[in-house]
Amino acid sequence: MAYKSAAAEPAVVPAGTTARPPATKPRTSGRPPRRRGTWTPWLYLAPALVVLAALLVYPIYQLGLISFLEYTQAQVSGGEPTTFQGLGNYRALFADGQFWQVLLATLLFAAACVVSTLAVGCALAVLLTRVRALPRLALMLAALGAWATPAITGSTVWVFLFDPDYGPVNRLLGLGDFSWTYGRFSAFALVLFEVVWCSFPFVMVTVYAGIKAIPGEVLEAASLDGASQWRIWRSVTAPMLRPILVVVTIQSVIWDFKVFTQIYVMTNGGGIAGQNLVLNVYAYQKAFASSQYSLGSAIGVVMLVILLAVTLVYLRLLRRQGEEI
Amino acid sequence: MSPVRPQIRIRRPGRLLAEAAALVIALVVAFPLYWMVLSAFKPAGEIQSKEARPWTLSPSLDSFRRVFRQEEFGGYFVNSLIVACTVVVASALIAFLAATAVTRFRFTFRTTLLIMFLVAQMVPIEALTIPLFFLMRDLGQLNTLGSLILPHIAFSLPFAIWMLRGFVKAVPEALEEAAYIDGASRARFLWQILFPLVLPGLVATSVFSFISTWNDFLFAKSFIISDTSQSTLPMALLVFFKPDENDWGGIMAGSTVMTVPVLVFFVLVQRRLVSGLGGAVKD
Repeated sequence: MAYKSAAAEPAVVPAGTTARPPATKPRTSGRPPRRRGTWTPWLYLAPALVVLAALLVYPIYQLGLISFLEYTQAQVSGGEPTTFQGLGNYRALFADGQFWQVLLATLLFAAACVVSTLAVGCALAVLLTRVRALPRLALMLAALGAWATPAITGSTVWVFLFDPDYGPVNRLLGLGDFSWTYGRFSAFALVLFEVVWCSFPFVMVTVYAGIKAIPGEVLEAASLDGASQWRIWRSVTAPMLRPILVVVTIQSVIWDFKVFTQIYVMTNGGGIAGQNLVLNVYAYQKAFASSQYSLGSAIGVVMLVILLAVTLVYLRLLRRQGEEI
Repeated sequence: MSPVRPQIRIRRPGRLLAEAAALVIALVVAFPLYWMVLSAFKPAGEIQSKEARPWTLSPSLDSFRRVFRQEEFGGYFVNSLIVACTVVVASALIAFLAATAVTRFRFTFRTTLLIMFLVAQMVPIEALTIPLFFLMRDLGQLNTLGSLILPHIAFSLPFAIWMLRGFVKAVPEALEEAAYIDGASRARFLWQILFPLVLPGLVATSVFSFISTWNDFLFAKSFIISDTSQSTLPMALLVFFKPDENDWGGIMAGSTVMTVPVLVFFVLVQRRLVSGLGGAVKD
């Protein structure tokens, strides 16, 4: 079998990757051993790899690079040379009390969102299994509606619902002209409501699909053996749902850690005096509002590192479950 | 509908209570959308009254007229559609090829690539706004739809590949062998046999790439800075937020216009989406 030269491979493919004939795979045995077989998968992968290398890998490299430079309006416009700062930007960032405050707020806010979303999603998934078709359809449709709503319109509607002058919520709760976006905690709470509203449907639908996939005989056997509802849930349903729960939890962590639009729109760019900033709104404000691109990049790197850590935990959990990749 | 499962052996009052709860929750969940559409149709006087009634006696199209009279809005809508559709089609095609490669071929670095696609899903797109801004500037794409399309293709790819994997895997290998024995070329098998078979999976992945692109606010805000004719719907919405008094009628009408296409898309593909999710999760 003649191997293709590395030169004709897409540039992003490391040289030497074609050095294994496809014959290791039985499914190719019915085909003539054409040499195309060796590089066909790379041909199929080429568009994806080119796009990802150019628009994901390269920007990540750039992000890291800028975080080590001095890069403000002066350097962007070419007025001043860019200088290497080493860890200077990080030192400045870590010395800034606001950064730690924003980091803490981000972690607490994301945690609150994840816990609430999972609790609501799972509770409603269980509820769905206990009702007949019509109420189930109603709840499913309502949830799909919330799910489909773009983040920005969800944000505008929730702000309007809680508007001190024209919103129905304050009237209903008798809160008068209480302004939700004025206080730090009430503003975070308002954003939390919107985030839970638009993200519980994914959890609900996925967990519901998982419960439905559990064979009825298993549950029947358990209940014939005299197990209580709680016992069946704890000993049969929950363990079988674990893989799905891992997926929805990690997805929620990742998703809620990156909330941008909701905070930006609902608290008008991070709240009064920045009281509702989370990391990526903070990075955006630093970079684009005050032209401190290197500080913004350093914040981006911090986010990237935290999310990569979450990803590693995720991979370990998947591995432990024996997921074949 | 599926048969009642054994674990649902609850006495009638319990079930009726559960059903009442489900209906009430459905109403609460649907309420924000109802309020959005309702407010979009309320005449200006009613919106500004402190009554906030959950109905309107004189529906009016004034807010919609105001929104569309604002010249750019129609253009923004078209721009949003162009961006979202381009991203959906491009990422579906690219992801289909890549998913085929990683499921139907065995090659060195296959597992490494799969893990990389998984990790790529976790990269916070928001953190990359700064380098992407400079990249788009260097490519001359700032203030063009390209600056929104290109990054979104890249960001939808990893998830699409990961999700499509299950669908490609489900196509029996015997079918592939039979096709080759009948003299089909690889390209013919790929596009005329495999592609139609994984179409349901492509629909499910398309929903996700459509929504994430249609939702995009950050890139539109950061990359379309001087030529607003190239902007998308989220930016149009912001025009109605005013420092002194927000135009809530306009905001709700704009929000309705922005939400309806996604809702329609969702309802159309609803079944496939749920089964697609089930497939991806079980995989």
